[in-house]
Amino acid sequence: MIALDHVTKRYGNTAALDDVSLTLGDVGVTALLGPNGAGKSTLFSVVGRLVQADAGTVTIDGRDVAETPSSDLARTLAVLRQDNHIAARLTVHDLVEFGRFPHSKGRLTVEDRDHIERALDYLDLEPLRDRFLDELSGGQRQRAFVAMILAQDTRYVLLDEPLNNLDLRHMTEIMRLIRQLADEWGKTVIVVLHDINFAARYADRIVALRDGRVVADADVSGFMRPDVLADIYDSPVEVHQIDGKPVALYYE
Amino acid sequence: MLIDVVEAPAPPRRRLTWSSPAVRIGMLGAVVVALAATYLFTDIPGSFTFALRVRSLTIAAMAVVAVAVGVSTVVFHTITGNRILTPSIMGFDAFYMLISTVIVFVAGGVTFLRTDPLTLWVVQVLVMVAFSTLLFTWLFGGKRRSLHLMLLVGIVLGTFFRSLTEWMQRMLDPLDFQILTDTAFASLTRPDPTLLAATAVIVAGGCAAIVPLVRTLDVLSLGESAAVGLGVNHRRVVMALFIIVSVMVAASTALVGPILFFGLIVANLAYSYAGTFRHRWALPAAALLGAVFLLAGQLILEQVFSFGASLSIVIEFAGGLFFLVLVLRKGAR
Ligand SMILES: Nc1ncnc2c1ncn2[C@@H]1O[C@H](COP(=O)(O)OP(=O)(O)O)[C@@H](O)[C@H]1O
Ligand SMILES: [Mg+2]
Repeated sequence: MIALDHVTKRYGNTAALDDVSLTLGDVGVTALLGPNGAGKSTLFSVVGRLVQADAGTVTIDGRDVAETPSSDLARTLAVLRQDNHIAARLTVHDLVEFGRFPHSKGRLTVEDRDHIERALDYLDLEPLRDRFLDELSGGQRQRAFVAMILAQDTRYVLLDEPLNNLDLRHMTEIMRLIRQLADEWGKTVIVVLHDINFAARYADRIVALRDGRVVADADVSGFMRPDVLADIYDSPVEVHQIDGKPVALYYE
Repeated sequence: MLIDVVEAPAPPRRRLTWSSPAVRIGMLGAVVVALAATYLFTDIPGSFTFALRVRSLTIAAMAVVAVAVGVSTVVFHTITGNRILTPSIMGFDAFYMLISTVIVFVAGGVTFLRTDPLTLWVVQVLVMVAFSTLLFTWLFGGKRRSLHLMLLVGIVLGTFFRSLTEWMQRMLDPLDFQILTDTAFASLTRPDPTLLAATAVIVAGGCAAIVPLVRTLDVLSLGESAAVGLGVNHRRVVMALFIIVSVMVAASTALVGPILFFGLIVANLAYSYAGTFRHRWALPAAALLGAVFLLAGQLILEQVFSFGASLSIVIEFAGGLFFLVLVLRKGAR
């Protein structure tokens, strides 16, 4: 379980996280929603020990993030950040190989290579494995980063807007992969999404943030209601049932 | 576990071709040995043993400086996430000149020349390391943790020290001033054997401390957030590396004088030459390329232009041009 206990993080006068208490990781896939600037990435940064909270504690499986050795956490939790810029010139394979660093400290074993091959395979990257990252399209690069996270093979997987830059086919493929990670491999995935309908289709639980606070936290049927959605986004949203599944219409 | 372990594909066997970094580094090593031998045995005037001794000292000084500058620049590039700055941005050269100037200013040029070189070296190394470590812990170790702020403050302080130095130099008498300007350019020939040994020990120690960190350095080149995600204790590792870098740079600066742009050429050529981001190859490539430049430069100056002492000036000039090219190319993109 990832537990945030009265966590606050301020940047100047704005509270990116405002006294958030939240337990994540009870179900396979949790979607994190909310408008820009709601504090979703900050939440991931605090959980991923990249920034320190001003107040409150974060524990992962009962261990305080601030006191657990970083190398232990790297085998428990993997975070895909929203923007990944790398100055060094790496190939796709090099990048995915780094996912194994927490386990092998750079000396790859047979098992490590196996994880790398699987990750490349799952993300359709086999044909691109020797291409440099700066020679890829945005979506291809995004998939390479997801593959690196996959190779890290951690119990908790945090993905910040993994659908960025992806075309429709790869969006659904990544979402299916996320479902698979949870259902078949027993991972706990927390994923920041912008599309309500993707969240409703693939997540088990949806948490919405706004202005650094949790404003909604429910399962899909509890979340996909016009009043809840209108509250979060400040604009009217209709919900229709299509083939027995709730679909939000927000195109006005 | 993610998957059951099936038969993994065998790691691709590396063939020894020009494209393998090992072969390239080996070639470079061979070039260094050939250049050193040429330098050692060409055109020996007078006593054979005397010339040999003097020349081996010069070669040793070049080797120490090449390793110190090459390794420290590559490490500095990785921890700061840029490729156009060198550790001297932290104001090493300015500080070195300031210390010398203060000594000449206070005690006079003659005392400066008479000071035991080892004492002077120790003082200069200590002050430079203390200064850069202070700057680093203040601006990077604290809550703010801003590398850019640190670099900026380093540049501003460097400028300030340079003006202070200049101001003091204006008030010196011409003889003292001459003594000082002689120390302003790096001098690689005829190093003091004791200082050379002390510097060699420090540089070797620095390299020994970096060797276990080569793989961590690879991870650091992904940037801070990725490195933290992969379990690197970013602050502690970067701090340790920074201190190692400043000790190495301070020691070599105190031995031969300030070297500003040399590391820049060497490191950037090393990245292209080694053809990989892996520090296991980039670090030795930088050190060896440094040695090639120094040895070849010295040979050309002595043999072609019969022009002994000013290698560092030529190299700094070339390095400065290279820096401009890098900056302009970045700007154009
Ligand atoms: N490094 C930072 N410095 C200053 N303000 C920041 C920083 N990171 C985030 N913020 C601010 O914190 C708030 C939350 O940002 P973020 O967590 O990135 O939101 P989200 O990911 O939900 O779009 C925003 O108001 C943003 O401007
Ligand atoms: Mg964000």
